[in-house]
Amino acid sequence: MQADRVKSEVIEYDVRTDEMLINMGPQHPSTHGVLRVVLRTDGEVVSEVTPHIGYLHRCAEKIAEKLAFRQYLPFTDRLDYLASMNMNLGWALTGEKLLGHRVSEKTRHLRVIISELNRIASHLVAAGCMGLDLGSFTPFMWTFREREKIVNLFEEICGARLTYSYLWPGGVIDGPPDGWFDRCLAFLDQFEPVIDELHALLTNNAIFIKRSAGVGVLPPEMAINYGCTGPVLRASGVDWDLRRDGESIYTEMYDGYTWRIIAPIDGRYPDDHPYPPLPYDAVVGDSWHRFYVRMLEVVQSMYLIRQGIEKYNAADGELDKPFEVKKKLPAGEAYLETEAPKGQMGFGLVGDGTATPWRARIRSSSFFHVAVLGELCRGVLIADMPTIIASMDIVLGEIDR
Amino acid sequence: MLGWQFNCRPIATKLTTDNYKLSPVAELLTYISFPEWLAYTIAALVQCALLLAIALCSAAVGIWLERKVSARIQDRLGPTRVGGKFGWLQPPADGIKLLCKEDLIPAAADQILFRLAPYISFCAVFCAFLALPFADGWVAVELNAGVFFLVAVMGLEIFGVILGGYSSGSKWSLYGAIREAAQVVSYEIPLGLCVVLVVLLTGTMNLVAIGESQAGWFFNWHIFHDPFTFVAFFVYLTCAVAGTNRAPFDLPEAESELVAGFLTEYSGFRWVFFFMGEYAAMFLVSALGALLFLGGWNGPIPIASLIGLTYENHDILGWLGNSLGVVNLIAKGFLGMTFMIWLRWTLPRLRVDQVISTCLKYCVPIVSAMLAGVMIWCHCLPGGVKSYSFPRSAWERTDPTLRVDGIPDHAVTQSVTMLRSHAEHGNEDYREESR
Repeated sequence: MQADRVKSEVIEYDVRTDEMLINMGPQHPSTHGVLRVVLRTDGEVVSEVTPHIGYLHRCAEKIAEKLAFRQYLPFTDRLDYLASMNMNLGWALTGEKLLGHRVSEKTRHLRVIISELNRIASHLVAAGCMGLDLGSFTPFMWTFREREKIVNLFEEICGARLTYSYLWPGGVIDGPPDGWFDRCLAFLDQFEPVIDELHALLTNNAIFIKRSAGVGVLPPEMAINYGCTGPVLRASGVDWDLRRDGESIYTEMYDGYTWRIIAPIDGRYPDDHPYPPLPYDAVVGDSWHRFYVRMLEVVQSMYLIRQGIEKYNAADGELDKPFEVKKKLPAGEAYLETEAPKGQMGFGLVGDGTATPWRARIRSSSFFHVAVLGELCRGVLIADMPTIIASMDIVLGEIDR
Repeated sequence: MLGWQFNCRPIATKLTTDNYKLSPVAELLTYISFPEWLAYTIAALVQCALLLAIALCSAAVGIWLERKVSARIQDRLGPTRVGGKFGWLQPPADGIKLLCKEDLIPAAADQILFRLAPYISFCAVFCAFLALPFADGWVAVELNAGVFFLVAVMGLEIFGVILGGYSSGSKWSLYGAIREAAQVVSYEIPLGLCVVLVVLLTGTMNLVAIGESQAGWFFNWHIFHDPFTFVAFFVYLTCAVAGTNRAPFDLPEAESELVAGFLTEYSGFRWVFFFMGEYAAMFLVSALGALLFLGGWNGPIPIASLIGLTYENHDILGWLGNSLGVVNLIAKGFLGMTFMIWLRWTLPRLRVDQVISTCLKYCVPIVSAMLAGVMIWCHCLPGGVKSYSFPRSAWERTDPTLRVDGIPDHAVTQSVTMLRSHAEHGNEDYREESR
């Protein structure tokens, strides 16, 4: 101990540097909303990172305990506002689990189509923002251009462009308009080559690789210990996806679908895609892999949507209607996690025999991804901070709730 | 101090009435029988205004270009309304909007330095324009060490940035300023070496002479002189982009890391000054690159001399042909700017350590090797690939006149232009003198 102090004093005489505390956020351009990160920096090197959250806190859980179960659905839109459909789905499925209700075949396929479309939209935002945070503006515009087309599809189907409130508990208010599936397929057809463009612009860009490969390496053990989920967990090499490994009420939705779960097992990805080999510098669990996993998941989602449209058109029966607002929840508990684009989104409900939940709980993946920032960002350069935050793909709406 | 006073060119500065190409404006005015003193005075004012106009216009056009090119790259339209078509009046509109903004100075800022910084930055760039020739004679101050002056004065721009970042009273600004200092100082080394390489090749620091030495077809351009200059051009390009803080080297104002770097606390017209300085500097380094490597004001095809716009035919024709060079150089300058804009909207940003290591590990060694290569090349192939001849002393070889005219026995310490003008206009006195 004593020796250490003497040693450090000698160093200070040699080159005297002061540590500086810097507020990154809540108005910083690359903290994805209102995250505030306090950096302790020595020159360009970040020695300590403390995330502060709560700037977007809206008492989401408390509101859920004051409203009828169905009435709360529009509030779930505001959690992960980039993937509102998936939030809707999570809430709807949790209620259905508590009620022991199963939706019709047609409804289930529609849910797959819609939620996977929104997964693409969300991953596009993630990819674009990653480019933006690395200083490249163009991919952001390109991904938003594609997202816009998905948003247009959603607008046709539910009238809203951000907060959709479409996948209600029990079913949907109205099915897709005429020709919607054709337009959806047309979008997928034109979107497929765009993915290659994005790969050219970002994934295989030498500077992008230099900036993201080997930066913010998240080992699988740490990812599991910190509760990381979704693409972040899979990019660390953990083969885990609730669409396959989740509870039956959720996995039933994907019965009969074939797709791959994207995770670099032993440093290798499932090789049914035509993209070039991994860069030399990339380490499993780094920012580049987190980005790449999302890009590949977009392709898988496209497979799922195509299958979903086929199955939807082949399915018999009608689309289910939502529960009525006064539908009473039984006394009991239900907790369900679903695979949202950003990670596992968990909703917990405690019913007491009335329409209003006695207790509601929301578990958001981004919250855990922010928690691991402190570990990942220790000792990185300031310029790596935006890279790591962007590769986590956090959204403050669901962190602060 | 324009044109005729501070001219240090040893012999070509002997201004004879029949071979006066230093101030085209004065030349034109004396041609239509203005008294000489009036012609010079008017020329001085005109040139001053022209220079400022060119500096500002290049910045304004650059801003417009940036908006349009970036829009096209991003599948947008960019400005379309202001000024009728293409949004060509967008930069003035932006400027007016910015001038109308509140003059904000943070309470924590060092008042004097904060106010001073933008002017330093802009003035440095504007001063560098003084030594930039747009064509033979189209230069405000023709300095014997023009390229040296230009690079040195342009380097002063960072003082404004450092002062601005330091005086803003913001940590992000400070980071931007320190990064700027580290980056620009590092990149001036390879940039300077690229310049030295051309100076070695031409044997002069006079930018007019450097431009002159590339007259003729495009294979006379220095970039095509030998493989080493070809490589050196790309090193220059890298350093020019880095030296003007453009992406992928825009660390000092990296908006996703440092909010806006040294510009964080600036707004309104002070910000405009920095902005204009940046775009004028972009034009400046592009024009300098064109002068050093891409033939300066000489087009790829010598149209002017092919269609007879030369001084041999008529003074006015010669003046017109010379003025075509201005168009050429400005076009090349904007081509360079477009390239920088293209880069910016395509590539992500490098990290600070990668920027510095790119400079120290790649740019400096490569350009040093190219410098040595050019020396060896000049020693072994004095006339270039086209006309191999026996090795002679280095000074002879660096004189392109020797290549063109094959006059081997000169005392070759004089500048190229001098030789050229004498070779062309047959000033017999000179040969007597030099012997």
